[in-house]
Amino acid sequence: MAIADLGTTAGAKTGRGGWLRQTVANQPIGRLLLLPALAYAILVTQAPFLYTLWLSFERWNLNRPNLRGFTGLGNYELLLFRDPAFWQSILNTFIIVVAAVVLSMALGLFYAELVNHKFLGRGVVRTMLITPFLIMPVAAALHWKNQMLNPIYGVVNWVLSIVPGSLSPNWLGTFPEQSIIVVLVWRWAPFMMLILLAGMQSISEETREAVRVDGATAWREFRDITLPHLYRFFQLGGLLATVFIVQEIDPIYMMTKGGPGNATTTLPYLVYRKAIEGSNVGLGAATGVITVLLSIVAITLLLRALDRMLRED
Amino acid sequence: MATSSRRRTRLTSRTKDRASPAWAVMAWAVALIAFFPVLNMVLTGFKTEVTAVSLPPQLIFWPTLENYREVLNINFLPFFRNSLIAALTSTALVMVLAIPAAYGIALRPTKQWKDVLFFFISTRFLPPAGVIVPLFIIYREAQLLGTIHGLIILYTAMNLPIAIWMLRSFFEEVPREIIDAARVDGTGPWREITQILLPMAVPGLVATAFISIIFAWNEFFFAVSLAAIGTATVPIFLVRFVTSEGFFWAKLAASSTMAVLPIVIVGWIAQRQLVRGLSMGAIK
Repeated sequence: MAIADLGTTAGAKTGRGGWLRQTVANQPIGRLLLLPALAYAILVTQAPFLYTLWLSFERWNLNRPNLRGFTGLGNYELLLFRDPAFWQSILNTFIIVVAAVVLSMALGLFYAELVNHKFLGRGVVRTMLITPFLIMPVAAALHWKNQMLNPIYGVVNWVLSIVPGSLSPNWLGTFPEQSIIVVLVWRWAPFMMLILLAGMQSISEETREAVRVDGATAWREFRDITLPHLYRFFQLGGLLATVFIVQEIDPIYMMTKGGPGNATTTLPYLVYRKAIEGSNVGLGAATGVITVLLSIVAITLLLRALDRMLRED
Repeated sequence: MATSSRRRTRLTSRTKDRASPAWAVMAWAVALIAFFPVLNMVLTGFKTEVTAVSLPPQLIFWPTLENYREVLNINFLPFFRNSLIAALTSTALVMVLAIPAAYGIALRPTKQWKDVLFFFISTRFLPPAGVIVPLFIIYREAQLLGTIHGLIILYTAMNLPIAIWMLRSFFEEVPREIIDAARVDGTGPWREITQILLPMAVPGLVATAFISIIFAWNEFFFAVSLAAIGTATVPIFLVRFVTSEGFFWAKLAASSTMAVLPIVIVGWIAQRQLVRGLSMGAIK
């Protein structure tokens, strides 16, 4: 009996091992090839987020490790009801991102229309217009802070001083949010230009010819043909820029450190300040969770736009 | 190759009439204004500290290499080397992981290929702020804080989704007949990838690698949160230069110029593929 039992178990075991090998071997090759990348992405991005969720329920300051403990929704309560920086940073994130995206779109559209015509040196002009996007964000932010926006030695105020009667404001002190937005737009308008230019160039020449034969002006052609055709490209570019700009803390870190006060603190920068600078793991994690939840809304919209582009292939 | 030359003709040979001279002047003026901060940065790097702060900005001056010499003397190169290692190693890992995955999705699709594709891209769209806290804790335990390895792990994850999306769109352009013919001849997946697919998709591979290098080189959030205590990447050099050296614009401009130069060159070369990478391959 015992021996028989042992036999069956052993048999079952080898059978099971074989079964496992069999299932792996029977998997479609397409699935097996995906596994390494999938495993990597889950391990490095999804698993840490679950840990963030867990940490957000803990009271844990790295400087006071002995006070560590479970606090339930304590961190969230602190953020939502007792931390003025939190609500301000939500508002700041919204203002900075929306303004930067909308203005990048407008300026990018202008850039794109400029180089969508033939003229001498068009390639050079396009290259110059793209370049700000390639500049390392940290270097760009520093340069803008020092040499462009500095109240005394900055180029912007020097240009303004040529205009009689104009002010020479302390940009980062008086208009911190606007200054951040200017730098973001300078960097992201080229990105929008690239996307919109691709859209403009996918308009067939016949379509354009048709309205031109009807005697349409350049403006009518732009308004009635170009703009409607660009709708999908605006959507895609706008949503991508939103996702990337939300993640970009570089100009804030380099130019204003989130200040003056909390005037330019965005949610990702708040996470950095609380968790990394302030060593408050629990509070940083809770802020991170809220940042992710709010981002999911934007991401859902973005994925829908990408899906639509895919389906039209 | 065929793809890139086709793209070139499409970009430059729009049969639209030549724009008026006024249009050309306006375009040049706008481009020069947008480009001015870059030009100004590069020029300042060759000025003395005194000329660097003089207004109006001096466009004609006696250039000096003194700033470059001094910046190289205060340990710029280790940071530069780290940036190179981080960007190139992570890009190599990205390619190793992304090529089979993109091949699987494009040429051996299972039923859920679309879900998988969207799962990948959603990981890129989640803000790093959502994972930075546990990463900091884990890295502290694993002694990865302040190391370049820690950054390589993250840059690989950061660029993997974009690479998969891009490569998938390039692989789908390889004519199916060639793949099918090879399969009829009994070619296995390994040879199908290495001997047929990859040689035909070289421009796409290069474009994908370029995009990955650009993002890794310029990355700041992970670097400042996890590596700033060690010998980190070039963005951290700039941060530290500002906090420790203070008011030295010319030297800062020289460091910035060296920091941005590799990517500006890569970006100029890859201009035509840039849009495809940035739109995750959705725009061809």
